Amino acid sequence: MSSFLSQEVPLSWYLLLSAVLFSLGVVGFLIKRNLITVFMSIELMLNGVNLSFVTFAHQWHAVKGQIFVFFVMMVAAAEAAVGLAIIIAVFRARATLAVDRIDRMKL
Amino acid sequence: MHLILFIVFAGICLAGAINLLLQSHPINSALSLIVVMTSLAVLYLLLGAEFLAAAQVIVYGGAIMVLFTFVIMLLNAGREARTFGSRAARAVGFPAVVVILAVIATVILHAQGLGVAKLSDSTITTTEELSTVLFTKLLLPFEVTSILILIAILGAVALARHDDESPQGSAERTGK
Repeated sequence: MSSFLSQEVPLSWYLLLSAVLFSLGVVGFLIKRNLITVFMSIELMLNGVNLSFVTFAHQWHAVKGQIFVFFVMMVAAAEAAVGLAIIIAVFRARATLAVDRIDRMKL
Repeated sequence: MHLILFIVFAGICLAGAINLLLQSHPINSALSLIVVMTSLAVLYLLLGAEFLAAAQVIVYGGAIMVLFTFVIMLLNAGREARTFGSRAARAVGFPAVVVILAVIATVILHAQGLGVAKLSDSTITTTEELSTVLFTKLLLPFEVTSILILIAILGAVALARHDDESPQGSAERTGK
């Protein structure tokens, strides 16, 4: 039991977790029918990629990998603000959030 | 200890992500996304990224998800109709996801030279180290980010503003 406790975690597990999170985000993007949930799946993909950035920063003791994650967070915040504003505008024009019924570019 | 923490929080993270896909109400999906982001913050701590763990909780778990839940409540979003994707998604999307995941997993598992995660004074990145690089070598990108945020604020206000004039304006335009 003590050998199990002191065992170290290979970095490849972290990378696998980030790949699985990214894939779950893609699946959510494909199967979800609600505009907001589709947007949340994009955030899930961003988080999966961030985890692999942090893992590689740990591998090479590189601070710049973590700074990259910091910038991704900033861009994700800006993207969420603009994206949710677009969702509000779409809802005002169509009165629906179902992506199947938002199928025209014209109002 | 590291192994147990990793297994517990990676498990919570995966469970939250799968729950996001299974829930049909957006607010439940949003709450499980908060679970995913918070457990990712613990994983960042295990990898020695102190500042990012705090920023993950504050920016992602706090600011962005509050924005999401706020919009869900503002728009009174109900349950979504349950369809399992379009025909294109079934025919191309899911096989593509499986192939991408398999390729990435194969590459990772055969990668040489990947170390193990361990916490010591040399592997923990303190906020001081991070900010030293950020404010000396990468000052220009950091300042450009502030302009990006400013533009995003202006764009969000312009997009979400309720235009009282627009019905009249469009009526005039069609009248001409």
